Amino acid sequence: MSVFIIRRLLQSVIVVAVMSLIVFVGVNIVGDPVDMLINPEADQAEIARVIRDLGLDRPVHEQYLYFVKNAFQGDLGRSFVFGESALKLIVQRIPATFELALTALVMAVFIGVPLGVYAGMRPTAISSRTIMAGSILGFSLPTFWVGLMMIMIFAVMLGWLPSTGRGDTVSVLGIELSFLTLDGLRHLLMPALNLALLKISLVIRLSRAGTREAMHQDYVKFARAKGLSETRVIMVHVLKNIMIPVVTVLGLEFGSLIAFSVVTETVFAWPGMGKLLIDSLHNLDRPIIVAYLMIIVLVFVIINLLVDIMYSLLDPRVRLKDAGQ
Amino acid sequence: MRIRKIAVLAAVSAFLSMPLSANAETLTIGSGAEPSSIDPHYHNLTPNNSLAAHIFSRFIEQDEKQRLTPGLATSWKPVDDLTWEFKLRKGVKFHDGSDFNADDVLATVKRAPNVPNSPSSFALYLKGKTVEKVDDYTIRIKTETPYPLMAVDISTIHIISDKAADATTEDFNSGKATAGTGPYKFVEWVPGDRLVLERNEGYYGTKPIWDKVVYKPIKSGPSRVAALLAGDVDFIDNVPTIDIKRLEKEPKLSLSQGISNRIIYLHMDQFREDTPDITAKDGSKIKNPLLDVRVRKALSKAISRDLIVERVMEGVAIPAGQLLPEGFFGVSANLKPEPYDPEGAKKMLAEAGYPNGFKMKVHGPNDRYLNDAKILEAVAQMFSRIGIETSVETMTKSVFFKRASSGGPDKTPEFSFVLVGWGSGTGEASSPLKSLLATYDKSKGMGSSNRGRHSSAKMDAVLNEALSQVDDDKRAALLAKATDIGIGEEQGIIPLHYQVNTWAAKKGLKYNARTDERTYAMGVVKN
Repeated sequence: MSVFIIRRLLQSVIVVAVMSLIVFVGVNIVGDPVDMLINPEADQAEIARVIRDLGLDRPVHEQYLYFVKNAFQGDLGRSFVFGESALKLIVQRIPATFELALTALVMAVFIGVPLGVYAGMRPTAISSRTIMAGSILGFSLPTFWVGLMMIMIFAVMLGWLPSTGRGDTVSVLGIELSFLTLDGLRHLLMPALNLALLKISLVIRLSRAGTREAMHQDYVKFARAKGLSETRVIMVHVLKNIMIPVVTVLGLEFGSLIAFSVVTETVFAWPGMGKLLIDSLHNLDRPIIVAYLMIIVLVFVIINLLVDIMYSLLDPRVRLKDAGQ
Repeated sequence: MRIRKIAVLAAVSAFLSMPLSANAETLTIGSGAEPSSIDPHYHNLTPNNSLAAHIFSRFIEQDEKQRLTPGLATSWKPVDDLTWEFKLRKGVKFHDGSDFNADDVLATVKRAPNVPNSPSSFALYLKGKTVEKVDDYTIRIKTETPYPLMAVDISTIHIISDKAADATTEDFNSGKATAGTGPYKFVEWVPGDRLVLERNEGYYGTKPIWDKVVYKPIKSGPSRVAALLAGDVDFIDNVPTIDIKRLEKEPKLSLSQGISNRIIYLHMDQFREDTPDITAKDGSKIKNPLLDVRVRKALSKAISRDLIVERVMEGVAIPAGQLLPEGFFGVSANLKPEPYDPEGAKKMLAEAGYPNGFKMKVHGPNDRYLNDAKILEAVAQMFSRIGIETSVETMTKSVFFKRASSGGPDKTPEFSFVLVGWGSGTGEASSPLKSLLATYDKSKGMGSSNRGRHSSAKMDAVLNEALSQVDDDKRAALLAKATDIGIGEEQGIIPLHYQVNTWAAKKGLKYNARTDERTYAMGVVKN
């Protein structure tokens, strides 16, 4: 067992090392950040000073080694634009993005599952067909367009919700959270729904398929034969069984929710990590881009590592197969 | 409240349409750009300088037309060729209550050029200047050579308190050291979300009308317009040109427009015999035709600036014949926008030995200036009409500028023909002349953005004379003469148009549009 974990751990380290090289070199060969940062009136001497100060006069491999050395001390570089630690700037924005992604996840479950179960129980009804057609729209409409349309309808025309930005926050254990205030919730509603749309469609499809399958299973027939009420059959027996794939998929999709938040955050001027990344890409703020990508790589590697370890604990065949190779 | 019939819906809509706690005297600004720091000396770039002007004052302020007006200095004059004397304003207090005097100036000039990690510092404005305190309210600045641009250079430096002499950029960002003498006090900054300022009751100048100012960075253009339409912000800058026509008809809003100091122009390769993007029509190599002034003039004649302004810019621009619009210091009275004359252009091309034209590829950014890619496409079509087969390649600014300035061998400009823009930070003609038309010379700091490497000894001589002429009238005449040579005679660059910037506010407010493209809460007034 421990051999298995060590081997997986080593593989993860190699993945992180290779990714850091690809990301760093990739980001550092595109464009010239000094052109983005400097006042056009600056003379050649000032341009040369900035290049030197940012360490851009050194060859890429030297910059990379310097980056790796600092990374081991928990320093992923200093933002060219803000002059502060890139890691700190990203960590500051994490609560806003996670809040948005988690709210979207909750919406996906609480809107997607009931609609999906309903459509699964009455697959031929017009209402069910409407739900399924709607879910296709959710898949295919571009997020930024839907976001702008929502702003036009709910903020500009009806005036119900604020158009952009994050609302009032309260500090909980040093983390600024906005979903605990009324103003914060009003600001959160539209961007979270926009982000959730794709996942809602996904959950609808999953739970519809699950429901249709479950309805023909023996345990449902038996429950009905026992004389249980329809509500109890659905709420207890069917729902429990269809939730397994839904939860698995949503767990995996959480990462992509954070990644997709880039578009939503830009449209709704939401001060999260995604917006920071977009701004940094525009300004060629390389340290932030590299730090952001490294954090994402780490998160994915750790999730995968945990999943592998869990599987091996749950299913001995996985580690036996691995050892036999 | 529209829906009242059903209790639940009423409750929901009550929750949804709860009024924001907007005070009548709070101004909320939706801005397309966000400063990278509150430190007034950290990053010499428009968003930072515009914010700093709210919190800090300068010796000499620039009004909305970039004319110099007294700030913390009440008067300034040259004592001799190498010395300038500034009289300081008495009775001015910093936001923390301390008095302003000459020591604060000394602390400022010591800190401003030396902020660690600065991505673009103020050193270039203080280079070669020695600042001396005469008494508490008199300052002298000495230079090694006569330096007429003293007042303009000094008008860029924001004065901090001597208590903040050793403050770090972080200290300014957190507000710990952020005490200026400006019209607004710093309250808080949440990067990416909001920046809050409140009125400085003790401000020495015109008292600002807003109790509180909230800046919200909304970088996406459509979202910014929507936020204004929804009433979430009172005022926005950088209105996308595509929306202007529609917003003009909107009864809830009012637009404010103003010409800017930014010119959009074309650079032409004038330093290589063998230029990469030009060939004969059959693809064979030819000698760089742009070296011939007749070809450069023909290209200028081939462009219909009126058409570009009207169609591409939707009327929101002004055709240009030189480096700065009328009314700025040092512009030439002789230069008017080149009239559209395709026949004349063809004739000049024939005279230069290209009766059948040639083949050229032009480059430009597609996300830097208003409609930049579309302008370049229009220009290319106009060139094709006089027989120069022109193709267009545009790219994102972060890639474009590197290649256009130093993408070629030995860090030379890579392209033969590019579209770029230039905003004159000093608000007078020496800035673009020095950077765009003067001969590229690293050691003298001349021609730093001369991406065509135009070079003319005649113009350089006149410009150098202007740069050491302290007398304003004589200097203005010399700058105008240098422009006449650089553009009128030699066509070192081809000017296209001056940008016009648009701000939008809710009805009842208007903005005193600034030529330096900055957005000041002080400029938003009730009408």
